[in-house]
Amino acid sequence: MSMQPTSERTLSVDVLARVEGEGGLHLRLRNGKVDDVKLNIFEPPRFYEAFLRGRAMTELPDLTARICGICPVAYQFSACLAIEDACGVTVPDSVRALRRLLYCGEWIESQTLHIYMLHAPDFLGYAGAIEMAKDHGAAVERGLSMKKAGNALMTLVGGRSVHPVNTKIGGFYKMPSVQDMKALRPAIAQGLEDALETVKLVSTFEFPDFERPYLYLSLRPEEGYPIEGGRVVTSRGDNWDVQEFTQHIEEVHVAQSNALHGLLDGEPYVVGPLARYSLNFDRLSPMAQQAAREAGLGETCYNPFKSIIVRAVETVEAFHEALRIIDAWTDGLEPSVPVVPRVGEGFGATEAPRGVCFHRYKIDETGLVTDAQIVPPTSQNQPSIEADLRELAQEWMWMSDEDLTLRAEVAIRNYDPCISCSVHFLNLTVDRG
Amino acid sequence: MTTTTTTPTVAVWKFASCDGCQLNLLNAEDELLDVAKAVTIAYFPEATRAMQDGPYDVSIVEGSITTPEEIERIKHVREISGKLITIGACATHGGIQALRNYADVEEYTSYVYASPEFIDTLETSTPISEHVHVDFELRGCPVDKYQLVEVISAFAQGRRPRIPTYSVCVECKRAGNICVPVAQGTPCLGPVTQAGCGAICPSFNRGCYACFGPQDSQNCHGMADRLMALGMTTEEMTRAYRTFNATCEPFQAESLRHERARKAGAEEVEA
Repeated sequence: MSMQPTSERTLSVDVLARVEGEGGLHLRLRNGKVDDVKLNIFEPPRFYEAFLRGRAMTELPDLTARICGICPVAYQFSACLAIEDACGVTVPDSVRALRRLLYCGEWIESQTLHIYMLHAPDFLGYAGAIEMAKDHGAAVERGLSMKKAGNALMTLVGGRSVHPVNTKIGGFYKMPSVQDMKALRPAIAQGLEDALETVKLVSTFEFPDFERPYLYLSLRPEEGYPIEGGRVVTSRGDNWDVQEFTQHIEEVHVAQSNALHGLLDGEPYVVGPLARYSLNFDRLSPMAQQAAREAGLGETCYNPFKSIIVRAVETVEAFHEALRIIDAWTDGLEPSVPVVPRVGEGFGATEAPRGVCFHRYKIDETGLVTDAQIVPPTSQNQPSIEADLRELAQEWMWMSDEDLTLRAEVAIRNYDPCISCSVHFLNLTVDRG
Repeated sequence: MTTTTTTPTVAVWKFASCDGCQLNLLNAEDELLDVAKAVTIAYFPEATRAMQDGPYDVSIVEGSITTPEEIERIKHVREISGKLITIGACATHGGIQALRNYADVEEYTSYVYASPEFIDTLETSTPISEHVHVDFELRGCPVDKYQLVEVISAFAQGRRPRIPTYSVCVECKRAGNICVPVAQGTPCLGPVTQAGCGAICPSFNRGCYACFGPQDSQNCHGMADRLMALGMTTEEMTRAYRTFNATCEPFQAESLRHERARKAGAEEVEA
């Protein structure tokens, strides 16, 4: 970081910490105005969509999982839905319930990682969770214990938490037994208690007074909170089938980034916890709704710094849902239905912890992929992250370089950006004058 | 910032990858705080803003080399590291992004990006060991968290890590699984694949897909013959050996042999 002798000032952070992936940020402030904001993604391209062509549709859950180690299930299930759509197959309720359960595990693991290890240290004034553990040992232990419960759920259903092996097109390779589900129940029940405590803890943090009139987009299923599927809804009243996604969402390639930016009919929009919550409050369980109200949240939330509270509320919901599915589980269910390939195109979208993850594939008569398109959540949020930074830099320009830089970093972390997904670390530079 | 502790300093680096292997360090919930006491985590951007300058006693590297910038960065990491450990299939074998090594990268770039001129990438994805000396490679896509804690402990204590190099079959027998290829005719790459995962795929009623790469004394050719007898085609064989460890020699040789056979339109693959 340095102060320019002229009317221009430069702040820079070469490596933005506590995000998943590699990128950088450039802020230039000139003559009391924000002159330029760029979120640079230097995560190198891995060319997923290109190498998926010519692969068998049955390989997609294993291959696309590797887009992201933090939310592999999101990729697996969006791919499954797209292929099942192309082949005209609907999976039975039991498969859908188990998908929701595995996905609850991923939500718990990812949201808890972000709340306790990546985001809370900003509000409590620590460099990271390990440093925070010295003064807030009980809180960090609680976070680790919740994360462990999420990972245990993923291991039970999926075989392992990073790149689960049990998912296939049409369902699963193997159903868990009632006995195994029951063995895990106490850890999940404890997790629910801990999640309620987490909502209380994060609601006591100090939040900057900052709101923006976001255009929100999320899924909305026929019933329940959006996780493993649904129609697409927005805060301006849209309600589309997933197939219509690409008619409205455009991916723009900008020079500083290896990720593509998503725009909704030309406008920046937001996906993720704030969008899901604000569009689906009525779908939360009464327990999660009550926790949200007690934490001081309304039925919508437009303060991105409060996303940590929303994540905590969603973690309550995920534990609550997991318990419901575990308690209703029976033995002897068919793990999968056959999916016979046919020439066609299919669309699939699910709610990754950080927002909508959309897949589209074309396949040939033998089930080989001929065309692939994957829209990860972070690239959709990127234009809004930049807009937030522009506005907060303008508002808090009086701050010292150090404070403004930290606040900008926190504003990026509000989105829990997964840059591995969007292709992957952030590097913050601010010029000002 | 300087450290007054005498515990070894550890740095965690990321190259082209999905983050899953370093996440597995954070996933070691029961061990994480103890690991943080046994070593000084001096550089781990995914976990902390506190970043100490090098040199470091041990560097843990995730990811493969895919850009000119990464070649320079890995050389710098090597210079400032006492020991360098690579973790995961990207770092040890180029990862899934090494599928480009068998394709035209220019065509790939224009397929994915509207403005290919903004993209600076190498034509290949290569393991770290192809660029600098590596002291230990930990396999897996992703690595197993217990193996990762074992490797970090071993290097902190200055001993050799205890990581088996035998096949998945050994673990599978130990787990009491029924052999899926023998009993069900399900194609399984367990016999040629290094153990470490706990034989989870066969435990879930499916064949191993070789995410830990080749075991010490594999016979990938013989394995392919057996799988084709079970009904796999040359195309399927090429794809089976061409996933997360596609550049390692035994897998590469087999995938190329089957690809040549397919291109030649031959019924039988060359011996």
